[in-house]
Amino acid sequence: MPDVHPMPDKSTAFSLYEGMVTIREFEERARREGDAGKPVGGIHSSVGQEAVAVGICHYLRKDDYVLGNHRSHHHCLAKGVDMKEMMAELMGKATGTNKGKGGTMHIADKNVGMLGANGVIGSNVPVAAGAALSAKIRGTDQVAVVFFGDGGANQGALHETLNLAAIWNLGVIFVCENNRYAESTPVEYSLAGGSVANRASAYGIVGETVDGQDVLDVSTAMERAVHRARAGEGPSIIEAKTYRYYGHHGADDPLRYRTREEEEFYRNRDCIANFKTRIIEEELGTGEELQEIDASILEALDEAVKFADESPWPDPDELVADVYVNY
Amino acid sequence: MTTTESKATERSRISFVQSINEAITQEMERDPNVIVMGEDVAGAPGKKDQGFEDAWGGVFKLTKGLIGKFGPQRVLDTPISEAGFIGAGVGAAATGLRPIVELMFVGFYGVCADQITNNAAKMHYMFGGKVTLPLTIITNTGTGAGAAAQHSETLYSIFTHFPGLKCVVPSDAYTAKGLMTAAIRDDDPVIIFLHKLLLGRTRAGLRPSEEYAVPEEPYIVPIGKANVAREGEDLTMIGIGYTTGLCLQAADALQQQGVNAEVIDLLSLSPMDEETILESVKKTRRAVIVDEDYPRCSVASDISALIAEQAFDYLDAPPKRVTPPHSPVPYSIMLERLFAPTKEKVIEAASEVLEA
Repeated sequence: MPDVHPMPDKSTAFSLYEGMVTIREFEERARREGDAGKPVGGIHSSVGQEAVAVGICHYLRKDDYVLGNHRSHHHCLAKGVDMKEMMAELMGKATGTNKGKGGTMHIADKNVGMLGANGVIGSNVPVAAGAALSAKIRGTDQVAVVFFGDGGANQGALHETLNLAAIWNLGVIFVCENNRYAESTPVEYSLAGGSVANRASAYGIVGETVDGQDVLDVSTAMERAVHRARAGEGPSIIEAKTYRYYGHHGADDPLRYRTREEEEFYRNRDCIANFKTRIIEEELGTGEELQEIDASILEALDEAVKFADESPWPDPDELVADVYVNY
Repeated sequence: MTTTESKATERSRISFVQSINEAITQEMERDPNVIVMGEDVAGAPGKKDQGFEDAWGGVFKLTKGLIGKFGPQRVLDTPISEAGFIGAGVGAAATGLRPIVELMFVGFYGVCADQITNNAAKMHYMFGGKVTLPLTIITNTGTGAGAAAQHSETLYSIFTHFPGLKCVVPSDAYTAKGLMTAAIRDDDPVIIFLHKLLLGRTRAGLRPSEEYAVPEEPYIVPIGKANVAREGEDLTMIGIGYTTGLCLQAADALQQQGVNAEVIDLLSLSPMDEETILESVKKTRRAVIVDEDYPRCSVASDISALIAEQAFDYLDAPPKRVTPPHSPVPYSIMLERLFAPTKEKVIEAASEVLEA
């Protein structure tokens, strides 16, 4: 990978910037709403990891599939899930993406190819292979992407699925967001061999490690992986080195297992701040233009929160609705 | 078979395995989205150029011949990785296919339970009804083959415990084909449990006749409906799959003692046809439930509770369960015989209930 990727055109750069800021502001707003006593439960914040989701989803089509994990708001937003419906879902309202029955860890919207976040680590990896298999059998060139963390990298289901996807040559892209901690367990302790991407060689597929704080490093690797997948050249692993700024969830104080100095180091490599600096320094846009983007995102978030606040609770009949299609 | 034998009589010789195979074949012909995945479902994958194909057709030949008709694109041999391919079944079902996956023995659920209970069972609900999972899981159950603790279990109760899963248990070649067809066409995840001692059986047994013919054309045995396999007035015996046969044998023996037993072939465990059970028990006032699954927190205990809670005033005796002891399945043939329900144990239980 080059040290510095050339910047894309202005509209692409603005789109990537907007995608990352949308995620960050959404996460911060959701956290504040929860702190303010709104019924927002157990969020696993993706702040710090925005560039991974945006860089990965940039080269995907609407009809491609994304499958997430427990920390998936950024995947959903990057894939195009409606922000208002997401906020309503977080508050358990009837207008939520999942009618208030999934919540933060299960947001799904098949209409934009978001096949669901999943609260069980590694659980969605085989499901992604199934989506890719389905695309292959139906004769489409749709790609399936599954996000998992450094924790998920050690689940058996991943290894079964890497093998299956490789022997069946499926168009599935395995994206490991290595944020260095599975809850409080550091990768230095848990990850044999020290690399998820290197495990690709055991399955005879391509594995790449990218800087997850650089949206262009992520997106260029993804462009290659998508090309391989659509061309029938099989699965890939992309390991994005990243960092979550907050604890595992809202109640977790990460200073119980990592130093302030370490946090500072990563916060000084912030994906949004760095990208913003490049946009301005390379004269793709001005600070004022970017501020306008920021302002419109904040406005949309106000609307999303208002929508969620004003939305009705699920009807009591919903408790036992949709357990089955018919029973 | 003589040349004069009628087509219908010939169809009474169709085995349980052939019935399942026929149902899958017909549904694959009918719907290009139906695929089959599992270990050795064809066998010798990738060795066609060496003259090997369809080497196994499934460990019980349930899927024999499919690869020749539908090719490796729709009949997929998998590596031994149940979490991987059953999870892939979930993903394929969520995106437009109707996968049939084989979990070779139900005891293997342990290595893929997450995919079945966290994903297949929950996604439709968890995603607000916006994703459907028309997935069929075939699995093989039961004692009687000296296969010991990990290859002889029944385990219905684990799956019926989970909202979102449907569970069906055919008892003969006719219900096997009808339930298999129903499962494939159903829009919910369905697990179909096949007892290994039923697999080779024809419907007619030693008495081939038109009466026992398995229809050649596709048909459905509705999921959620029990069948009154034998009508009687003196007590109700409830069987599940293989144990329905034990109930019918016991009923024949009891008839000679002047007892007229009703036998319910439950067929579907989730949803369960509570109405048919209660209606029968209210009529006969006595119930024996015969289940090969472990006794604790089981379908048998669930039925017993149902009868006690909803037909208490009608009962002349407490419901009686015939189940294995609270023990793993033993290997030794002598111990295995002690473990599983038998005709004799059913008769004994019926006698106790009748004397109460």
